[in-house]
Amino acid sequence: MENNDKPMLSGAQMVVKSLEDLGVKYLFGYPGGAVLDIYDALFENEKVEHILVRHEQAAVHAADGYARATGDVGSVLVTSGPGATNTITGIATAYMDSIPLVVLSGQVPTTVIGEDAFQETDMVGCSRPIVKHSFLVKKAEDIPGAIAKAYYIAKTGRPGPVVVDLPKDIVNPLIKAPYDLPEEINIRSYKPSSKGHPRQIKKAVELLLNAKQPVIYTGGGIIASEASKELTKLAETLNMPVTNTLMGLGGISGTHPQFIGMLGMHGTYEANKSMHSADVIFAVGARFDDRVTNNVAKFCPNATIVHVDVDPTSISKTIQAHVPVVGEAKKVIKQILEHIDSTDSKPSDLSAWWQQINEWRNVKSLAYETFDDKIVPQQVIESLYKVTNGDAYVTSDVGQHQMFAALYYPYKKPRQWINSGGLGTMGFGFPAAMGVKLAFPDADVACVTGDGSIQMNIQELATCLQYNIPVKIVNINNSSLGMVKQWQSMFYNGRHSHSYMDSLPDFVKLTEAYGHVGMRVTDPAELDKVMAEAFALKDRLVFIDIIVDQNSHVYPMQIKGGKIDDMVLANKEGESN
Amino acid sequence: MRRILSILLENEPGALSRIVGLFSQRGYNIDSLTVAHTDDETLSRITISTRGDQRVLEQITKQVNKLVDVLKVRELTERPHIEREIVLVKIFAENNEQREEVKRSADIFRGQIVDVTARVYTVQLLGTSEKVEAFIDVMRENATILETVRSGTVGIGRGEKSLTP
Ligand SMILES: Cc1ncc(C[n+]2csc(CCOP(=O)(O)OP(=O)(O)O)c2C)c(N)n1
Ligand SMILES: [Mg+2]
Repeated sequence: MENNDKPMLSGAQMVVKSLEDLGVKYLFGYPGGAVLDIYDALFENEKVEHILVRHEQAAVHAADGYARATGDVGSVLVTSGPGATNTITGIATAYMDSIPLVVLSGQVPTTVIGEDAFQETDMVGCSRPIVKHSFLVKKAEDIPGAIAKAYYIAKTGRPGPVVVDLPKDIVNPLIKAPYDLPEEINIRSYKPSSKGHPRQIKKAVELLLNAKQPVIYTGGGIIASEASKELTKLAETLNMPVTNTLMGLGGISGTHPQFIGMLGMHGTYEANKSMHSADVIFAVGARFDDRVTNNVAKFCPNATIVHVDVDPTSISKTIQAHVPVVGEAKKVIKQILEHIDSTDSKPSDLSAWWQQINEWRNVKSLAYETFDDKIVPQQVIESLYKVTNGDAYVTSDVGQHQMFAALYYPYKKPRQWINSGGLGTMGFGFPAAMGVKLAFPDADVACVTGDGSIQMNIQELATCLQYNIPVKIVNINNSSLGMVKQWQSMFYNGRHSHSYMDSLPDFVKLTEAYGHVGMRVTDPAELDKVMAEAFALKDRLVFIDIIVDQNSHVYPMQIKGGKIDDMVLANKEGESN
Repeated sequence: MRRILSILLENEPGALSRIVGLFSQRGYNIDSLTVAHTDDETLSRITISTRGDQRVLEQITKQVNKLVDVLKVRELTERPHIEREIVLVKIFAENNEQREEVKRSADIFRGQIVDVTARVYTVQLLGTSEKVEAFIDVMRENATILETVRSGTVGIGRGEKSLTP
């Protein structure tokens, strides 16, 4: 053999060794026939901690939560066929939100691929539209290279999930080959751009300095590129208002005086008003999603748009950018700050603009009514904020509770708010919280969920017991698929077709059956006390079942087909029944 | 508007399906597609003939460019270029008159008869897609077309600029 200096390992050992050498801490997975050899190689490993979930979808969401909280790549290992197909929703969730993941899937032996062998699924084909890239590895010696490339591709440029499909015969423990993990990755066809073009930077700075009614509009790109400090500095230097997308919350502190709230479908009055009236919109790491723009034909008619994104396909996809800048958010904002420093021109005086914004703020679009005899969901989030000092990691599921958690908990830091924004995957929140808690065992981690969503991955209560993952589940229980019901109330004449959750389990007993602590609260006067009790139990998973008003709606809400600032501000009489 | 995209990509399994998937998933048209490795066997070159307005094409080009195994994408129709397509047409000619007509038309179009039986001619023709279409139209008028097979368009830019890694 020529590769005398390289250790001879089996394919299965190479998989594990590659993960070790790449510094993987947690591997979320579930075994099965095609990956038994890999699991056997994992048995003696001490560097990579494997977390056995109870459903492969949860493995992906947990790895995803881990990735969102840390910025590292999340790692998943599943078997072929059903194991692989169970990951699809998780992969799509990560893809839509540009989250770096590597999913290792077992595959039937290369000799029988295409023969409808037992538990064969064309995983590369199934996942093709929802991955950044994928590999079907055909030889054992290619394993380390493919895995190293997968991690590199997942985390560079616009991050995303990468699938590595591993046929069973190439991980055969009896066949050894030289193990060679590349130290540096160089892919000639993949060169993610990073810095903005100086000419575009200059144009952007001129617009920013001369703007009279500017808005800085940022999304998940700020979080992904760790550009929060730079963003805050830019906003302060120019004294500009900042709005965040659902994915961008925490990009600037939710308590910052220049933060005007989330924008879009359930955005604040001041955020959507400011956008519509803006003369310059500085968009960074946001993609003018339809949940933001409302009717694109009526979108921000007076605005000159500067759009910074690492992915050129996001620029001018739905809204034409006047000054496109391709580059990483952090680097581009730094370039802009440097350029501002080097010019003599001063930014425009924005006091008239701020006066206008403050008038919109005074509308208090997030104000809500409270009652003596029932809890409303907004209160739950405010109570959570109080009890956790605004420092908790909050993951959420999808529905009304998600919007309340986005609007009523001002996130101070990036990565503190973790939700499935792009795909809107019910069932995401709880497994994601597991990933976050493993990454930050000393932090408070709350999963804000609903009676519908939590049941989509409730089986993970067992995983949390096995590995002692004491997250707090804040279940905003309205006995309904609240968001669906809200739309039916507003747009379908109150015909609540299949949006009522009949036969809910007793969540407290259920949690206890899984070996955890369950609490229930129905009285608004008890809310803070129960919440505090739950969070005081640092080492226990607590499921807080909070029975709330069944008719609460999320407001403000954009009017379909309208401008970005066409909004319903509060309950109209008779609407919420 | 008809546009031709030239794509240089890694010659690896799966690379082609990613491109085709991208077109079908987004509802972009493919009029023709050709693929083969280049002088460098590790690279493939795809020529796609498609239709769409500038905005759609810009999005397609960016999306293709974004694929990890794509090295270069160029819209050929943006600049002076050469395009060629090859067609093989199998024609049934019933009588002498028709046979003469087939031969004459093939000559005019500079086609070549590459196979003959007593009643069937197979003609090969090289040219732009327009020329290929015109030829097929003429043949249809003269005799009975039994079968046609077109290679799809390939193209290359004029001058010194070339599509290299
Ligand atoms: C997997 C999945 N299925 C369906 C939906 C559609 N959907 C969006 S919100 C919602 C209701 C969620 O109910 P619940 O979790 O109780 O939250 P609530 O709105 O009541 O706060 C549904 C069904 C979805 N987003 N994800
Ligand atoms: Mg509900």
